[in-house]
Parts: sequence; C-alpha cells; structure tokens
Amino acid sequence: MQQTGEYRIGVPRDAVWTALNDPDVLARCIEGCQSMVRTADDAFAASVKAKVGPVSATFQADLTLTDICPPASYTLNANVKGGAAGFGKGVARVSLVPEGTTATLLRYQVEGQVGGKLAQVGQRLIDAATRKMADDFFAKFGDDLAPGISEKIVTEPAATEKSGRYVIWVIVFLVLIMAIVLAS
Amino acid sequence: MSDTGIGKSVKRREDLRFITGRGRYTDDVNRPNQVYAVFLRSPYPRARIVSIDASGADEVAGVIGVFTGKDLSADKIGDLPCGWMVKSKDGSDMKIAPHPPLAVEVVNYVGEPYGIVVAESLAAARDGAEVVATEFEELTPTVSVANATAGAQLHTNVPDNVCYLWELGDADATNAAFAAAAHVTKLTFSNNRLIPNAMEPRAAVASFDAATEEFTLVTTSQNPHLERLILSAFVQLAPEHKLRVIAPDVGGGFGSKIFVYAEETAVAWAARRVGRPVKWTADRSESFLADAHGRDHLTTAELALDGDGLFQGLRVRTRANLGAYLSTFASSVPTYLYGTLLAGQYRTPAIHVEVEGVYTNTAPVDAYRGAGRPEATYVVERLVETAARELKVDPAALRRRNFIAPDQFPYQTPVALEYDTGNYEASLAAALEKSDYANFAARKAASEQRGKRRGIGFSCYIEACGLAPSQLAIQLGAGVGLYESGEVRVNPTGNVTVFTGSHSHGQGHETTFAQVVSDKLGIPFENVEVVHGDTGRVEFGLGTYGSRSIAVGGSALVKATDKIIAKGKRIAAHMMDTNADSVDFSDGEFAARDSNQKLTFGEVAFAAYVPSNYPSSEEPGLSEKAFYDPKNFTFPAGTHIAEVEIDPETGVVDVVNFVAVDDFGRVINPMIVEGQVHGGIAQGIGQALLEHGIYDDGGQLITGSYMDYCMPRADDLPSFDVDMTVTPCTHNPLGVKGCGEAGAIGAPAAIMNAVTDALGVVDLPMPATPERVWRAARG
Repeated sequence: MQQTGEYRIGVPRDAVWTALNDPDVLARCIEGCQSMVRTADDAFAASVKAKVGPVSATFQADLTLTDICPPASYTLNANVKGGAAGFGKGVARVSLVPEGTTATLLRYQVEGQVGGKLAQVGQRLIDAATRKMADDFFAKFGDDLAPGISEKIVTEPAATEKSGRYVIWVIVFLVLIMAIVLAS
Repeated sequence: MSDTGIGKSVKRREDLRFITGRGRYTDDVNRPNQVYAVFLRSPYPRARIVSIDASGADEVAGVIGVFTGKDLSADKIGDLPCGWMVKSKDGSDMKIAPHPPLAVEVVNYVGEPYGIVVAESLAAARDGAEVVATEFEELTPTVSVANATAGAQLHTNVPDNVCYLWELGDADATNAAFAAAAHVTKLTFSNNRLIPNAMEPRAAVASFDAATEEFTLVTTSQNPHLERLILSAFVQLAPEHKLRVIAPDVGGGFGSKIFVYAEETAVAWAARRVGRPVKWTADRSESFLADAHGRDHLTTAELALDGDGLFQGLRVRTRANLGAYLSTFASSVPTYLYGTLLAGQYRTPAIHVEVEGVYTNTAPVDAYRGAGRPEATYVVERLVETAARELKVDPAALRRRNFIAPDQFPYQTPVALEYDTGNYEASLAAALEKSDYANFAARKAASEQRGKRRGIGFSCYIEACGLAPSQLAIQLGAGVGLYESGEVRVNPTGNVTVFTGSHSHGQGHETTFAQVVSDKLGIPFENVEVVHGDTGRVEFGLGTYGSRSIAVGGSALVKATDKIIAKGKRIAAHMMDTNADSVDFSDGEFAARDSNQKLTFGEVAFAAYVPSNYPSSEEPGLSEKAFYDPKNFTFPAGTHIAEVEIDPETGVVDVVNFVAVDDFGRVINPMIVEGQVHGGIAQGIGQALLEHGIYDDGGQLITGSYMDYCMPRADDLPSFDVDMTVTPCTHNPLGVKGCGEAGAIGAPAAIMNAVTDALGVVDLPMPATPERVWRAARG
C-alpha cells in the first residue's frame, strides 16, 4: 500500500510542528482515539478504535519518530496491532513547507502493509479506509489549529477529472465530424 | 423391475428435509449447558510466539478460559498425524514436521490456531479473543512454491523445506524414448491453488461425560470412524471405545472434511477441560484460512512422439506445495493419486515422474475433489492437445491413435496401475457426435464474423476410484485399510435398516444405497432405511472420498445382502421342507424349486425372529455384516469437450457448450450421477476460469473472502450436455466405478484446451481470468 497526500493548514509552520508533537492535539484529531501518550521523546503509544470494511477493532499503535528535522520534516514509523483483526506496519514521511508566514503546506507519503484479517477481507478497502482516516485526521487537525481556513489539496483526483472532461470533448468532437461525414 | 430399483432415477429421499430446512447439521446440535469456543489465529505467516497474555480476556464477562498449545501438550494431546508415509526416491522416509493441534512455539501460516477461548456465549468468546495480547516475533516466511527450497527453513527437521522427492516409473527407459523421439512437446505450467468452500463450514460440538469418561464429538466429517481412530490412536484424546464421533447431515466436503483438524481436536479436549459441552462453528473467514486447500503444483512436462504420432515417453517434474504442515492425507495426493494416473487413456510405454513435496508458510494442502487426478489429467491432456497442434494433427485423431484398445484390457500401465476395463473410443465417439465437432469450423467462422474468437478443447481423462486393495496400499505407505463395512439388519416385520461406513454429505447415499438393497432383496424402497455417520451405530467405516462410496461401500452392502439371502434360503428351505440348494430367491420371494411353495421375504424375516418352525442349526435373527476389500481400483474414464467463445475486447470467456460423456460402469441412479457430474464440471470450470487462492509475497491470504475468491455461479456455466457409456467394472459385484470427481478431473483441461485454441496461444495459466485472456488476445 502506498499513499500520498497534501494539506494546507492555515497557521505558520512552527505552530503545525508543535501541534504534531502534542499528544493531546493528536488524540483529539484521530477519530476513535482512546488514548495517546508520549512514551519517549520521539515515541508515542496510542489506542484507536477503528473500522476497515467489515473489520472493527481497537488497534494498539506504537509510533516512533525518526529523521527528525524540526520544524521541517520527520519520519513516522507505525507498528499497529489489532489482535484478532490483524496488524499493520507503515512508514510515513511528513514534511512541512511554509506558505508565506501564515500558512503551511503539509505533505505526507505513506508506505504500509497489513496482515491477518485486515489483509484477508480488507485488502480492497484498506486504501480507501486509510485515505479516509488521513483526511479525517488532517481536517480535524486543521480545524483544531485554524478553524475554517485549512483545506485538503486534492491534486490527483482533480487531474483525473480534468482529463475525463477532456476525453468527453474529444468524443463530442469525433461524433460531430462523423455526423458531418455521414450527412454529406 | 420396480421403478425404484438399480438403474432408476429415483428422487433423492433426503432432499425433502434439506429443501424444507429440516436437515440436521452440526451447528443445529445444541447441548444443555453448552459453551462456545473461538480460536486465536496467527496473523503472521511465520512468527515465534513470545508471550500470550490472556489476563484481559479473563476479565471479560462470560469468559471461562483461554487455553493454548501448552495446555494441550500438558494433557499429553499428541500431534496431528499424516496418514500416508511416502518415501523419497533414495529410500528415505518423508520428513514429517511436528504438527501440534495448537501451535506452541512457532506459527507457520496465517490463520494457524494457537489458542482457544471458551465462554458462556459466542459474543463473550469473541470479545475475549479480541483482548488476548499475544506478542509475536516475526520470522521471514517462505511463501512461493517456486522458491520454496531456497527460502527460510520452516521446520528444523526439514532441510530445504523438502518433505520428499518421490519418483515413479522407469527413468532410463523414458530418457531413451526421448532420445529417439521424432517430436517432443514440452509445457511448463502451474495447477492453481484452490480453496474448497463447502457450503457448510466446519463445526464441532463436543461433550464429555465425567461419569462414564465418554466423549461425544458431533462434527462435520466425511469419515467419522477415521476421525475416531486418529483422535484415539495418534492424538491420544481418549480410547476408541470411549469416543463416539457423529457426522450428521454435512453440507458438502469435496475432500476438505476428510481430515482431522486442529479445531475439532481442541474443542473435544476443551469439553473435558471445562466440564461442559463446547461448540464451535467456523465462520467463512476461518474456512478460507484454515480448511485444507487443494492443488498448487508447478510442473514441467514433456511428451515424446515417434514419426507416426505414437506416444513413446512422458517425463514429468512436479513441485507440489504441501503447505506448512502435512494434513491427514497430504503426502499421498501429489504422489500415489497423481503419478499413477499419468498414463491417462494411452499406451505410452515409458513414463517417469518426479515429485518434490515442499513445505511453505501457507495453509496445509490436501485432497480436494479429484485429488491428484485433475492435476494428472491436466498434465496429460494439455500435452496431448498441444502435441496435436504442433504436429497439425486433429486432436481427436491423435488421441485415437494412442488409446488403449478395448481388447487390450486388463492393461498394465508403466506407472503401477492395472486398468481392468475401458472403452475410450466409445466415449470419444459419442462426445464428438454430441458436440457436433464436424461443424466446428463453421461455428468458428460465424464467431469471427461477430468479432469473437471460438475454440474447442478435449479432455480424455481417466481416474482411479475406490483406492485399493488395502494390502497394496499399506505396502505403499497408507496408514489405514481401504475397505468398507456394511450391515443389513432385517427387522422382524421385514423392513430393513442398512448401516454403512460410507458417509453422505451431498451424494445421496440414503437413496442410492436403499435402491441397491431394496432391489437385491425385492422389497419396497420405502422399507429400507440407510444409517451412516455415527460410530455409535455403524460398526466401522472408512468414509467417503475418492469417489469410493458405491464401488466399495455399495459392494459391502451387496455382500451383506447376499449373506441375508443365503440365510433366508436356509430358513425358507426348512419351512418349505426342502434343502437350501433347491430354493430360488427373486423379487422378494423364496420359492422351492421342487414344489409350488413360496414364502415372502417378510415371512422368512418374521420366522427368523419368532423361530417356531425353524432350523435347529441356525441362530435366530436376520442381520448380516460384511467388509468388502476391493481387488483393484475402479477406472472411470470419459471424454469432455468444451467449446468457448472469447470476446477479445473484454477477455471474458463464455463457455458456450460443454459435453461430458463418462463411463462410470453400471449406474445405480442416473439422475444422481448426472448431478454429481454437473457439480464436478462446475468446480472444474471454476478452477479453469475463476478460482485462485493467492498469498501475497508477505504470506498474507489476499483471496480470503468472496470479494476476492471467485466461485462459479450459474450464469458462468452453460447447460451441460451429459451422457454415459457403460463398460462395467470387472471386479466388484455391482459393476460400478464411481462418479463423484469426474467432472472436476476432466473439465479444467477441456476448458484450457479450448481457451488456448481460441486465442492461438500455447499456454495460459489457470484461472483464465478476463485480464489474462484480454492480454493474451492482444498478443
């Protein structure tokens, strides 16, 4: 599983960085988060109740931060255990790019794998589910820091939509030409 | 002849209860005070169990206990055995990996059970299982069959993960045949992994009576006596006389319910441990993960032909995936049930096969409908069809040229079997006629006009049913005999209760066996009741697998019935004041040849139980048992012809016609036989076009639900055109051969021969999914 995403958050980069390192903020923003504690300078432990398709469970996540470059980037290593529901492992590279002095562009790139029941019945759903979880998280995160002025930057879907429209115009054009040829 | 006798399409008497919801399956059984079990299963393909912390579960209301492999081994519960010792070509024994019912130190496939949670309700057991905290240390798994011998070693006693390297046939003669060959056809292909998917998942309800120390295990088994034998002799759960195994109505098995599994074993043990009946029913996800899978071969096969197109040699190298542990009969499937069938219907004089059985971190692989024979048929029939194309010979003509002729039987093949009888030309000719082969070219042209590609494919299969005889099989490594028991108990009022060691889980034995016995005794069909599937009622039995029920179990009943008739004659002779040799028995009447006297079967039965006018030399009663041990396998054979039409734009394969002409010897109930053929063909087409059990590189089963594992459905299938030719088996009293697996054996090769014909490609891996076909169609 691989995923990327980009969000504009309406506060300066330092504020985003601080919030990303605050277990209380994180706990508020993760849907279903039951606890989030800092276990070391660069590590958190979380308990999250989540649902992926038919698989619903409480997942215990150990999160470790590496390659920390405040306030620009870090790598988040996640080891998630869901007991009977299976497990997940992943690495997320998160970078923060200032947009002027008032906003920050957050980019992430995730690579992960799942096992057990999650893989067995959730394989098809896992991309959509994690995408939704990420969207929910950043939507809440943005609202928490700067209500009303953060947004997800939808790059790929917009591109698809554009090319889709383009295809339609090509077809319309071809149909018109065919109609002219047939009529003549 | 009555309309319920042998050869009549009597409606299945069991269907009334099945279609009105009154079948009694294991999950329908409930015991007073019963508790529920849920299994802890590994999410990893290979990992060390560091610790299991069940403290969370103990706090869940209703949880009675969480037990692990250590609890079972502390109670001296033994490993699950493999019932067939296969020897490598160097003479060494196969390497058996220890297989504890619940993993103790290391788990070796995703879904392997390592613990059992027992609770007052199913919900509580699930909640308990959810909060058991197990720490695993992940180990590198070996997943791919191709790389199995180079991968991480699963078991300390199995170097290179090789269980055995088995061979059959004459290597030198075969190599010589290839050296002298005018033409060699070579193919490398896989036989896709299948997941059985019986409609009813596995289940068990176990109880233990502390007063009598008796276990009763109700479970989804194809062979309850074998289950009892293994649980007693090997697993050491309880002595045989203290263990009753009942397999009530069972909703399909296809081989997957032959085996003695971890779950039933652990559930039975738990019933004693907690002192209350324990129930477990697999959910569909568990069935995908932990039922034994089928097939999964990689094969390179070569056929040598001389200048006249006569087969001179066949060389086959197969690597068979056995999974993480040896399931009950896993070792025999890719060896004795596969290599021995490679002669097919042909006179190929030299054959050599080598099979490497390997362990991988996947679910155990064992018999699945056809078990080895579909794989063998696929090898032979794909090769023969390809050879015909390469030589530009009509595929039917090439087969004809190489068939064993009717006057050549009994025929000794170079791979150990002696075929007793057959007429391959007859079924081929009938199939050609029915498929309108002569006009195929015109249909192909018509398809092309519509932008479609049409192909036709043959499969002239042979199978070996009713595995036998016991003595030979045991010499070859079988751990059990291969006979069957039957008992015919005539009640005082003349009706009959029949006890058979065969087991019906969809095959219709309650009807077929009643037809046989009522026909032989000349009594109404309604007067015969068939009892099966209970070690407490049936003396012994080896159950149902390998299309053996009618050939072996039916023959045992004939033998017992013959004893009834013989005793009946002696009683009747006394009553009619003559001697037994002068008494004829037909249509339910004993007739004295030297007078006009007659006695009905009922009168003689009554006399046997109310013995007033009765021979002093006879014991009272009229009940006889028989064990029947066949002298040889039976060899059903036939021709399947598939015609497909492919849409090159979508890659969808439409099976437009499927003809099956099978020779099952004498047929007891043509309707039931046809039904068996239909089901088998559906599964065979499923293998060829739809089904595929896939583990990802990390060892996760990614086809673990019906979203990703594609079962054949009615709209994937044409209306089958089924017919039969009859060459009676020469060595059993009914002349029957068995029909349960033929469809699944013949169909895959017929379909793939048709698909490759349509596409004009040499090979395409099964399943021929739209994506694969579409890519192939684009060249």
